[in-house]
Amino acid sequence: MCEAGPRGRMLEVEDLYTEFKIDQGIVHAVNGISYAVDEREIVGMVGESGCGKTVSQLSVMQLIRRPGRIAGGKVWFEGVNLLEYRPNSPEMRAIRGGKISMIFQEPMTSLNPTLTIGRQITESLELHLGMNKKEARARAIELLDQVGIPSAASRLDDYPHQFSGGMRQRVMIAIGVACEPKMVIADEPTTALDCTTQAQLLELMLATIDRCQGALVLVTHNLGVVARYAQRLYIMYAGKIVEEGRCRDIFYRPSHPYTIGLLNSVPRLDEAKGKRLVPIWGTPPNLIDPPARCAFYPRCPERTERCRVEPWPELKPVEGEGHLVRCYMREGGRGA
Amino acid sequence: MNEARATETRLVGRPQDAEVSVAVPANDVILKVEDLRMYFPITRGLLKRKVGEVKAVDGVSFTIRRGETLGLVGESGCGKTTVGRCISRIYQPTDGRIWFEHREISKLAEKEFRPLRRHIAVIFQDPYGSLDPRQTAGSIVGEPLEIHKMVRSKAEYRERVAGLFAKVGLDPALMSRYPHEFSGGQRQRIGIARALAGDPSLIICDEPVSALDVSIQAQIINLLMDLKEGSSGLTYIFIAHDLSVVKHISDRIAVMYLGRVVEITTPAELYSNPIHPYTRALLSAVCVPDPDIEATRERIVLEGEVPSPVNPPSGCTFHARCPEATPACKTTVPKLTMVAEDHEVACLRVAEAAVKEEQ
Repeated sequence: MCEAGPRGRMLEVEDLYTEFKIDQGIVHAVNGISYAVDEREIVGMVGESGCGKTVSQLSVMQLIRRPGRIAGGKVWFEGVNLLEYRPNSPEMRAIRGGKISMIFQEPMTSLNPTLTIGRQITESLELHLGMNKKEARARAIELLDQVGIPSAASRLDDYPHQFSGGMRQRVMIAIGVACEPKMVIADEPTTALDCTTQAQLLELMLATIDRCQGALVLVTHNLGVVARYAQRLYIMYAGKIVEEGRCRDIFYRPSHPYTIGLLNSVPRLDEAKGKRLVPIWGTPPNLIDPPARCAFYPRCPERTERCRVEPWPELKPVEGEGHLVRCYMREGGRGA
Repeated sequence: MNEARATETRLVGRPQDAEVSVAVPANDVILKVEDLRMYFPITRGLLKRKVGEVKAVDGVSFTIRRGETLGLVGESGCGKTTVGRCISRIYQPTDGRIWFEHREISKLAEKEFRPLRRHIAVIFQDPYGSLDPRQTAGSIVGEPLEIHKMVRSKAEYRERVAGLFAKVGLDPALMSRYPHEFSGGQRQRIGIARALAGDPSLIICDEPVSALDVSIQAQIINLLMDLKEGSSGLTYIFIAHDLSVVKHISDRIAVMYLGRVVEITTPAELYSNPIHPYTRALLSAVCVPDPDIEATRERIVLEGEVPSPVNPPSGCTFHARCPEATPACKTTVPKLTMVAEDHEVACLRVAEAAVKEEQ
């Protein structure tokens, strides 16, 4: 089943909605997003906490638990809509960890503390690739070795708590690429780690994914990391994609006021002294039953009456290939 | 101004009030730290037998001038927070001396230190954990005023608290709310207002923006910078692991590795002329939000991980990971050496080069 999705892309998410029903109302965590990932492409998914970037990725994997539910949309992967499978179906299980794998943010909590590292790697090798115990073990040693764990063979029977944070994240990477997936989703893969360890692991992750010829979705709030690694970016705000395009277009021709705000609000290592940061005023919106208008309206320096009364604008093209922006102020003309 | 306060001010020689004000030289040293050491004992068994030590801070020296912002940067476990906590006497240092306003404070008994405490304030990292959930925002901010008996009437108290709220950009009408009713950024403002309540001359900011979202970070950084600008001689120690943030806010930066300062200099010099191999690796690990610059920047990827401070490597603690280490680095502890004005580095290779140049 190796045909491509509708537009020849490996993954195509169409109009995805995920919501959480809580006592106070419905949280519209993912509020109709569409995005695509090509083969071997590195795509950045950028936004602040609560913007829905993680939930959208968990939805693709059908890892949303109650009170959450996927309320609509399609996830095309290799010609099939994954949302037609039940979350626990054998088909979905074959996808998870086999064809699409996920590397989580917290290496401390996302490894099972009661299983040895070796078992957590061989599990998916036996399940997805049908290896026997001996083969899987040999492959696990090879994988740990590849991610730079010293004396891998002797550490296979150790438990997660016997590894440092950086080492655990290496194990996570090894698990993530064990079955040579088509696509790896890395959710803030290095945020919990120190700078120099971050650098080590990002390079390692990229090299490892490159070796198995997979694509990568890099979910992060760190603009520096995507500037370095991503080819295309999606900027999320309040459950929607507000801007998308090639990495260079987003950085050199940012168009949505939120994207511009983000870029102006981070201190840069290479900036001249005395440059003042321009913060985005206010706070991120509450996603419980939000108004239909643009969610950035209360914080937007360019807002107009139209933004207040009309619903969210559509994504419209601006200068740059595949560069789209969701803003009334950018309609009918070039980007800012 | 009540009498107790005025005396106390004179006690520490702080020219804060008009009547005791004296001219302050531009390079007046407000804090001096000399060979600070903080070892935490590791105990085992029923009798709490000491089996080892965590050398969190192992010989740190620096001075801070009045009105300056000193950035302390390094990775987790490098001792930057411990340095801050020794200065604010949350920890009693194992060894070393600390002078604050020309008075040695490291050996003071708790009772003697207490009146000084309001002059050295701390802003903590976690805006969720560091505020008492059962206290109103107003009482959190106003508590130092009561403890240090800085107000005489309820009306004055309320006025001062409202003033502090306004100063950090919070609506004084929110004084009766509880911490959970505030967002992360607002809570950090409450923490800052509380730190300002004692009218401190030194504020130790311990990762004050690390827990905040990018767009909120800038608000707090600007607030901290504005507060300093609007006061005479407010001094910061800004502790953070994010080099971009530290570089933005600091006048000088001390880079720490495993309990020691390896390099200390100005932000511009640190960026354009980093000398210690660890500083260079740390700088190269930070990504700049600019694809073209990122495409050309050299990246130094270090081998291995930060060793445990329980059993730190001999000599220069960085030698095992250092791409330029020589056999001498394994045995000799490098001292901070002046390489240029306002630029000190603790690296044997640098010391060697300096000797060669002299010959």
